[in-house]
Amino acid sequence: MTAATATRPAPARLPRRTRPFSGARLVRNVLSTIVIVVLLVIEIYPLFWMFINSLKSNFDFLNNPTWHLPTSWEWGNYGAAWQIGSLATTITNSAIATIPSLILIVILGTAAGFALEVMVWKGRNTVLLLILGGIMIPGQMILLPLFTVYYNIGVTGTLIPLIITYTATGLPLTTFMMATYFRAIPREVFEASTIDGASILRSFWSIGFPLIRNAIVTVALVQFFLIWNDLLIAITFADQRPLNTVQAGLLNFSGDYGSKQYGPLLAAVCITVGGILVIYLFLNQRIMKGLTAGTLKG
Amino acid sequence: MKSVLGDRKAIAILLGPALLIYTLVMLVPVVWSFVYTFFTGDPLSGFTFVGGKNFAHMFSDPQIWSAFLFTAKYALLMTVLQVGLGYGLALVYNFILKKSSSIIRTLVFFPVVLPTVAVAILFQKLFQSAPSDGVVNNLLTEIGLGRVDWLGTGTTAFVVIIVMDVWRSMGFYGVLIFSGLLDIPEEILESARIDGARRWKLFRHIILPLSMPIVTASIIFSINGTIKVFDSVYALTLGGPGTSTTPLTLYMYAEAFQYSDYGYGSTIALLLTVLCLIVTLFIFRSSRRDITV
Repeated sequence: MTAATATRPAPARLPRRTRPFSGARLVRNVLSTIVIVVLLVIEIYPLFWMFINSLKSNFDFLNNPTWHLPTSWEWGNYGAAWQIGSLATTITNSAIATIPSLILIVILGTAAGFALEVMVWKGRNTVLLLILGGIMIPGQMILLPLFTVYYNIGVTGTLIPLIITYTATGLPLTTFMMATYFRAIPREVFEASTIDGASILRSFWSIGFPLIRNAIVTVALVQFFLIWNDLLIAITFADQRPLNTVQAGLLNFSGDYGSKQYGPLLAAVCITVGGILVIYLFLNQRIMKGLTAGTLKG
Repeated sequence: MKSVLGDRKAIAILLGPALLIYTLVMLVPVVWSFVYTFFTGDPLSGFTFVGGKNFAHMFSDPQIWSAFLFTAKYALLMTVLQVGLGYGLALVYNFILKKSSSIIRTLVFFPVVLPTVAVAILFQKLFQSAPSDGVVNNLLTEIGLGRVDWLGTGTTAFVVIIVMDVWRSMGFYGVLIFSGLLDIPEEILESARIDGARRWKLFRHIILPLSMPIVTASIIFSINGTIKVFDSVYALTLGGPGTSTTPLTLYMYAEAFQYSDYGYGSTIALLLTVLCLIVTLFIFRSSRRDITV
C-alpha cells in the first residue's frame, strides 16, 4: 500500500489542473482544512484530555471542569499508578504470555504456510480450508472445553494456558497470510536450491524464511496486537491477580480504585497507551498494512 | 522435480506441529463444546446429562432473546457506521486531502491498536456523571443542554458503547476502503471526468460500483467482528445497568463462569457460531449474485 500511495498522485497531476474557475481550488483548500481540524480534534482531544487529567489531584478532578489544566501538576500519579496497578507484574505477565506465543505462531505458521503453498500434495486445499475456518470460530466456542482440560492437568495457576491458547488461535490467520506471501515466490526458487543438494527442509529454512522476512515482521506485528490487547482469553485463564495481564490488571485497577483514584488510574492508562504509541510511531505504516491485509485475505 | 516438493516426510515435519496444535486446541474443543450442550454442570462439580433441555431452555429464555436483540442491534448499527464512516474517510483521504492524507490516515488509525480496556476506561471518564461530570457533560452544561447520566440507563449506555467503538475502529475501515479506492484505475476516473461526470455523478456511476468488492469485504469483516463483540462491552459497562447492554458473548460468559453452567454456556456459544456462519454465507452469496448480474 505504501508503494501505491507514493505513485498515486503523479498521474492525477497531468491534465486536469485547468479548472474553469480558481474558486474551486479555494473551496477545496478550506474544505480540507476543516476536515483535518475536525479529525484532529476527534482523534487527539480524548487522548490529550486523558493526559492532563492523569496529572490532577482527586480534588482537582472532582471540583473543576475536566477540560481545565491541572491546578497543580501531580507527576506523582505516575509512580502511584505503577505501584497500585502493579504494572511491573502485569507487564511482565503480558510479555511472558506474548513472546513465546509469537515465536511459536511465526515458526509454525510459516512452516505450515510453506507446506500448504509451496509443497505439492493431494488434499492441501482441503487442509487450507479447514484451517481457514478457524478464523471464524468465536473464542467462546473453545473456552469451556479448554478450561476443563487446563483445570484437570493442573496448569490453571500458570501462564501456560494463555501461551497454548494464543498460539492456537493465532495460527489460522498466520498460516493463511504466510501461504499468500509464499504464493508470490516462484516455486523454481526452491526447486533450484534442492538441485544444488539442499534438502527441501533446508531450503525452507535457509531460503524461504529469509525471503519472506518482511512478511514475517508484518504478521508478527498483527499477532502482537491481537495477543497483547486480548481480554477474553486473559480473564478466563489468568484471572488470579498475580497472573493478570496488562488488560486484566487495568480492569481490576479500575474496579478497585477507579472511583477513588482518578489521577493514578488515568496515569496507568496513559502508561499503557504510551507504550503502544512508541511502537506505533516507528512502525505505523507496516502495522496499518499488516492489519488491513489480514482482513482482505481472511 | 515434483518428488522433492512432494516429499511426504518434509510435509509432515512442516505442517504437523501447526496442524496438531490447531486440531487439539481449536477443532477438538469445538466438537467438545457441542457435546457440552447436552449436559449441565462445570468441571468442579461434575456434569449431568440433560438431553435437549438446554435447547428447550434457549427457546423459552427471555434473557437470551434480549441478548440476541442487543447483539443484532449492535452488529447492524456498527456495521453501517464502520463501513459508512470508513467509506467517508476513504473518500476524504483520496479526493480531498490527497497527498497530505498520509499523516491524517496514520493518526486516525492509531486508536485501532490501543487496548480496549484502556479506551473503555478513557470513555468511562469522558462520559462520567457521578460523582462529578466528565468532559461530555461539562460541554452539554456549557451549551445549555442538560447533563446526562450516560452509563446509568441502557439506551444512553448503548450510545456510549457505539461512540467508543466507532472512535476505535473507523480509522481501520478508512484505510481498508482507501486501499480499495486506490485500485480504481486513474484512467477510468479521468475519462469519466472528460465525459463530464462531476462529483455526485462520478461517485454514483464510477467510484461506487468499482469499489463494491472492497465494501463487501468490509461488511463481512465488520459483521463477523461485531457479532462477537465482547471486550469493549465487558470493559465499559459489564453488560449493565442490569442486563440492558448484554450481548450473547457476555451472556454466555456469565452463564458459564458466574452461574457455573457450562452446558447452557456452550449452547449460547453454539448459537453464536451458527450465527456467524449464516451471516457470512448469506453476505457471501448475495454479493456473488450482485457481481454476476
